[in-house]
Amino acid sequence: MAQEAHELTLRYFGRTIRLFAPLYLSNECINICKYCGFSRDNPILRVTLTPEQVAAEARYLWEQGFRHILLVAGEHPHFVSGNYLRDCVARLHPDWPSISLEVGPMETEQYRPIVAAGAEGLVVYQETYDRSVYAAVHRGGPKTDFDWRWETTERAYAAGFRRLGIGALLGLADWRLEAMAVAAHVDYLLRNCWRAQITVSIPRLRPAAGEFQPPVPVRDRDLVQFVCALRLTFPEVGIVLSTREPARLRDGLIPLGVTMISAGSHTEPGGYTGQGREDLHLTKAGRRIDSEGEYATEQFEIADGRSPSEMATVLNAMGYEPVWKDWEGALNEVS
Amino acid sequence: MTDKPQRLRIANREFASRLIMGTGKFASGEVMAAAIEASGAEMVTVALRRADLTGKGDKFANILTFIDAKKYLLLPNTSGARTAEEACRLARLGREATGSTWLKLEIHPDPRYLLPDPIETLSAAATLVKEGFTVLPYINADPVLAKRLEDAGCATVMPLGSPIGSARGIETRASIEIILEQATVPVVVDAGLGAPSHAAEAMEMGADAVLVNTAIAVAADPVRMAGAFKGAVEAGRIAYEIGLTPKRRQAEATSPLTGFLT
Repeated sequence: MAQEAHELTLRYFGRTIRLFAPLYLSNECINICKYCGFSRDNPILRVTLTPEQVAAEARYLWEQGFRHILLVAGEHPHFVSGNYLRDCVARLHPDWPSISLEVGPMETEQYRPIVAAGAEGLVVYQETYDRSVYAAVHRGGPKTDFDWRWETTERAYAAGFRRLGIGALLGLADWRLEAMAVAAHVDYLLRNCWRAQITVSIPRLRPAAGEFQPPVPVRDRDLVQFVCALRLTFPEVGIVLSTREPARLRDGLIPLGVTMISAGSHTEPGGYTGQGREDLHLTKAGRRIDSEGEYATEQFEIADGRSPSEMATVLNAMGYEPVWKDWEGALNEVS
Repeated sequence: MTDKPQRLRIANREFASRLIMGTGKFASGEVMAAAIEASGAEMVTVALRRADLTGKGDKFANILTFIDAKKYLLLPNTSGARTAEEACRLARLGREATGSTWLKLEIHPDPRYLLPDPIETLSAAATLVKEGFTVLPYINADPVLAKRLEDAGCATVMPLGSPIGSARGIETRASIEIILEQATVPVVVDAGLGAPSHAAEAMEMGADAVLVNTAIAVAADPVRMAGAFKGAVEAGRIAYEIGLTPKRRQAEATSPLTGFLT
């Protein structure tokens, strides 16, 4: 499987790996999800960056080399509204060739202005495709509605997003069944959203505030098998790997099918340059309790701490070209 | 018949090489430059989305710095565009950034097989020709579309052999034969050529040139593979110019038994 997955990946994507960076806008969230550090019931330090602060964080990432950026936020209609997201995107476009979002699901009409502002991709993980497990881990907030979340990619496509990212949060349910469901979802999207580039992420549960333990742990070899199976099933689909996984495993997975990686990531708002520190506050059960603190709380711990330039050196040594820019902002402009 | 192969003429330029190189999928800019050199190509296509179009010399988007503009004709391409409007916008930006008025027009709305959209391609070609671009459109092997694009003023047509990167060779042979038979502009077979023998086959059929990328870029030794394609393209062209011996059903002795009768 590994050999064939490697050969297919080479043929379709060549000896290149795209790099991207997540930029956390806000860790405010109204959902209660047992596994997530941002869960509403976690008493953590929270903040929402202003568009200016987002631009400052983005400048840091730009200096590191990134030209593809993923804006991430918890789900919060007040702090992370459609208008707020549109303003953040507009602040970065057209300097940034590729801007994607990973935020709470919205209506098609709410997405349109964000696309018009210059966003290219939308990422939304179903987390688990097993409805009973989904109900057990999502205990409050709009995220409890499985179908609303499942239909998000199609609403995003209708609004004009050109790259759609999906995935299951591995560790919540039997990974083989999740893999089958992800494959069925990809097949569905390829047929119904045929003009969109589909990417699949393979996030595995990491330690986070709340101390949730994965009910069905996924071993390294399982993750490798999942990546290979995904590649053999869909030779042309992008596979995204984050810094959740440790360096050794990341390096091993890259030749097997991964096409896009992050590097040097922070999973807390303000994590790159300390933006937003003056507005940090503790929330308990959704209520604000002001407190002194240095950093906002991260969504999860990262495992590969190598810097973007270190990662580029590693890729070169592995015989891959790190591709920082593989999109053009002008393509996103809506007439 | 002279002993010197005919030169390729596209628009107002002549080329000794009939191999056009793509620049995607290489392990590094250095390997890409060495492979282009070894291929003998004189025309090189680059995806504008990979290049810095701001004019600020972005070192993180420096693919163009590996291509010697004095040595190679730069053929920017519009890969990533899904509509005529997007392709035209990208083409204009590319012209400003690179100074090249030559353009490989690629419009593939389907990111899975990257098959070209004939309707958008024809529309964009008409616009861009009027704006002074030398347009080389990537198309499915559709003979009617090829004629329509000629009528629109395109400098070539570039039918695909099989989907990009598929290495499946010339699966559209019957249609490419019709395009070749009817063409008044050069025909460049563009995609799916996975082996030097595929390139030679296209040239033997009478294609004016071929464009190769994946088969060279992902080879274990891209530089030597580029040389292999160079040889195949030259051999195929020479054979075409001489004329291949027709296929026969029966064997025919190289020293005919009845030779004494003549």
